[in-house]
Amino acid sequence: MSLAQELGTGLWHTLLSTIWDVLPIAVILFGFQILVLRKPIPHLRQIIGGFLLVLIGLAFFLEGLEAALFPLGKLMAAQLTAPEFLAPGGDMSRVTQWDYHWVYLFAFAIGFSTTIAEPSLLAVAIKANQVSAGSIGIRGLRIAVALGVAIGIALGAYRIVTGTPLYYYIITGYIFVVLQTLFAPRMIVALAYDSGGVTTSTVTVPLVAALGLGLAGTVPGRSPLLDGFGLIAFASLFPIMSVMAYAQLSEWLGRRHARSSANTES
Amino acid sequence: MNALRVFLSTLQDSLRDLLPIIAVIAFFQVLVLQQPIPDFLEIIIGVLFVVIGLTLFVLGLNMGLFPIGESMAYAFARKGSLGWLLSFAFALGFGTTVAEPALIAVADEAAAVAASGRMIEDQPEARASYAFGLRLTVAFSVGFAILVGVLRIIRGWPIQYLIVGGYIGVVIMTLFAPKEIIGIAYDSGGVTTSTITVPLVTALGVGLASSIKGRNPMIDGFGLIAFASLTPMIFVMGYGMLV
Repeated sequence: MSLAQELGTGLWHTLLSTIWDVLPIAVILFGFQILVLRKPIPHLRQIIGGFLLVLIGLAFFLEGLEAALFPLGKLMAAQLTAPEFLAPGGDMSRVTQWDYHWVYLFAFAIGFSTTIAEPSLLAVAIKANQVSAGSIGIRGLRIAVALGVAIGIALGAYRIVTGTPLYYYIITGYIFVVLQTLFAPRMIVALAYDSGGVTTSTVTVPLVAALGLGLAGTVPGRSPLLDGFGLIAFASLFPIMSVMAYAQLSEWLGRRHARSSANTES
Repeated sequence: MNALRVFLSTLQDSLRDLLPIIAVIAFFQVLVLQQPIPDFLEIIIGVLFVVIGLTLFVLGLNMGLFPIGESMAYAFARKGSLGWLLSFAFALGFGTTVAEPALIAVADEAAAVAASGRMIEDQPEARASYAFGLRLTVAFSVGFAILVGVLRIIRGWPIQYLIVGGYIGVVIMTLFAPKEIIGIAYDSGGVTTSTITVPLVTALGVGLASSIKGRNPMIDGFGLIAFASLTPMIFVMGYGMLV
């Protein structure tokens, strides 16, 4: 089969499965609209057009990921965690946790870059920008979230290597989030909590899962089944902190700026 | 003319969003692993697909998903029936999660872990029924989360109390849950919210908060997704304890 044919059939199958995924949502939306609200939907044709664009867009998006980026990303995760790469002599018992430095860097970089391309984060950022009348930048928010995911996944990879129980990190993270909530600007709190949940969907999960399973399969004494999990949990916890930190930082900078301009005026 | 300009500028944004991934892959492949990039043509076409897909998604978001989420929020607020609004919230959370492909994958993995940990019999039927039970549990917990989140927007409860309460719930469940299930439970919080659910639920929350007097869409409108990623952790650990 030629490449074009292969991509064509792949695209068609992805489109069908995307339609299948959207079906329950459409049934609920239109069901409630017709049976409960009993009012015609305003701009119905535009909304149906929008749904079609979302469906076709997701099909292209997923098929492109499946065809190009996922196989390569997963292969790279496997190669970076393979014993041949980590210990060229083949003696895994001499490998310390710092010999995994390329893995940590890869975890950080892949966490950051996949989050920037995550469609659901983009959606939330667009909405936050509209609602805050532009004071929350689409790009700024996404970079803050992506940094959080990057740190989270790198730390999560380190945890798999060292074998510390997951809940130590998560509970410490919770304490941090609670403390930050006390000091963060009120406007950002709900959005920060939300950004934890939206970071990990279409792009991030498959690549990060491959990294976790690869690591847990290589490090002596880890089982992929028990220790391969937890990266997603890190990726949903750290953006909460980084988004609040972003808001605290911009508030602080704004205040300092206001003070220094007041000083020059007087 | 205007539509074309919007399309082109969105296309440009999508391309820029994808550059970091390409840079990361190129850096590790060429400099760290020192291997050539295989199937160069296929990758270029794949990247093109991703860029087109992201562009169409964003255009559709503003045309379809955001407007319907908001217009339904306004319509429910005008109708004034709390019962129907809450049942809509629950149905939206449950219905969008139960068929979520990422959740199906996680549930199957969880069943494999449970079977290897001798929590259930290592038989295909036992695993399938465990995975199905888990899916229903997570879907129920997301429905419950959206319901509580909508109630919070209407009543104006501060979000941090509910989130901190949820965290305490997670910590308590962690103490009692079988240790095989903890990793999956923590991860399940992140996989429940799909690319189509997030914009709809966000538009619903923001729409409700802006149509109810005394609510600020920034402070009260967000937070539904946060609940939807917290409750599954508690419910999955509960499921691990009961089954």
